[in-house]
Amino acid sequence: MVRFENVGLRYGMGPEILKDLSFDVPPHTLQFLTGPSGAGKTTLLRLILQTLRPTRGLISLFGHDTSSLDKDAITRLRRRIGVVFQDFRLLDHLTTYENVALPLRVQGRDERIYRPEVIELLKWVGLGDRMHVSPAILSGGEKQRAAIARATISRPELLLADEPTGNVDPSLARRLLRLFIEMNRSGTSVVLATHDLALMDQVDARRMVLAEGRLHVYD
Amino acid sequence: MSMTEAPEVVTRPAGLAERLGLGGRRGTPLLPDSSLAGRALIIVIIIMAFLASITAGTVQLIAQASSDWTGTVAREMTVQVRPRSGRDLEADVRRAADIAGRVPGITEVRIFTRAEAERLLEPWLGAGLALGELPVPRLIVLRLDPAGQADVARLKGDLGAVPTASLDDHRLWLKRLATMARTLVVIGLVVMALVLVAMALAVAFATRGAMAGNREIIDVLHLVGAEDRFIAREFQRHFLKLGLRGGAIGGGLAVLAFLLASSLSQRWIATPGGEQVEALFGSFALGFGGYAAVAVIAGLVAAITAVVSRTTVFRNLRGLD
Repeated sequence: MVRFENVGLRYGMGPEILKDLSFDVPPHTLQFLTGPSGAGKTTLLRLILQTLRPTRGLISLFGHDTSSLDKDAITRLRRRIGVVFQDFRLLDHLTTYENVALPLRVQGRDERIYRPEVIELLKWVGLGDRMHVSPAILSGGEKQRAAIARATISRPELLLADEPTGNVDPSLARRLLRLFIEMNRSGTSVVLATHDLALMDQVDARRMVLAEGRLHVYD
Repeated sequence: MSMTEAPEVVTRPAGLAERLGLGGRRGTPLLPDSSLAGRALIIVIIIMAFLASITAGTVQLIAQASSDWTGTVAREMTVQVRPRSGRDLEADVRRAADIAGRVPGITEVRIFTRAEAERLLEPWLGAGLALGELPVPRLIVLRLDPAGQADVARLKGDLGAVPTASLDDHRLWLKRLATMARTLVVIGLVVMALVLVAMALAVAFATRGAMAGNREIIDVLHLVGAEDRFIAREFQRHFLKLGLRGGAIGGGLAVLAFLLASSLSQRWIATPGGEQVEALFGSFALGFGGYAAVAVIAGLVAAITAVVSRTTVFRNLRGLD
């Protein structure tokens, strides 16, 4: 599904911040990406999402070598990936419902068909009564849940989540983790970037640890 | 994922606005209206649409007026009979009129009397002068059949029998008039094109500004899988709305301006200045062609706005890679 071979990244002429990363994310798997703050977890997720290009090495997504793909082809691959950003990146001029429905809207799907699904998911993440308000007035935890709902609404084949439980209390964190596990059971590969050890201890999953620019995988 | 029961959904048929991509079911525009400096841009579009419509209307008026002048002038010819010592002027005039009357295609021959000929000189020489002593030429006005072609060559030849008569078929005057009208029309079209180009540039700058101001939104759209086409379409939709609104208001103001000018010209018609202006431009009343030209300009303004914004967005998105 995702394959990195000897991938390195440096900004400009600076030192390599990610070195010789080689790993793959097999289909239908769940893994944690962890490491100290500033280790490059978000950067690694951006490489998978192709918002950053590596300075060396090979990245393949869903069997395609990304270096040979044009922008539209990468956009089409991105539709198969759901992302929860650390800073949520919700659009404040849209309602919560419209934010969650955005991935379906940009794909040109008919709202009459997806509307019940979006409302159902919003209710499931506890935002049923907040769907018509702007994300600007949501609490941190509510924004987090809206961001997760947006990442999962199109039932992506791969879900990347950057600190998805960073702003929620432990009970909601467990609930959200359950959502990720259920998504994984229904066939989605999940990469959860987190440094929440308590969260990782709840699931027996592969751990990818980033430290000093190198990746160590513990199956 | 465990899902609860599906809530009831209220559906409604798609409206016209929605089918045109101007809102409706599409929900909130993905680009917020307020952030696009829309107010300043729409004023620019209104002004440009107004100027372009005024120019188009004026071009239409000039073209119409010049066709009226040429039509009127081309339906007339004049024979001038000069007095010469030793010749009977009255007899020459009668003879020339007689010759002209026999040429096919000439429907009416009217001899200007001596008194009428003198009255023509009044504006230059003043009234009350005894012109009896002056050798004033006499005029014969020939009206041509508007449908048929008068045989001008034969008339010229036949008039050779009266050595003091000469034919003025207004051809030189017509040629100059047509050239002047054509020049004015070309100048008008160039001005209109320049106004539209200036508007297109203003839209391009506004689009770039809008893109810079909405960078975060564009990034999110890309990350949730929006293609450049989709983003360009969102910008195009936004600017098309501005263009339609600006074009309609600018065009509407131009029509109002023409109506106002027309009603004012009716009041001033009695003054010499008013007569002169009316002779040149008619009564400022836009005909069907004029209104059609304004409508086309309004549509053109909206189309240019939409196309320029779309092209600018595409070019800039390519630059983001």
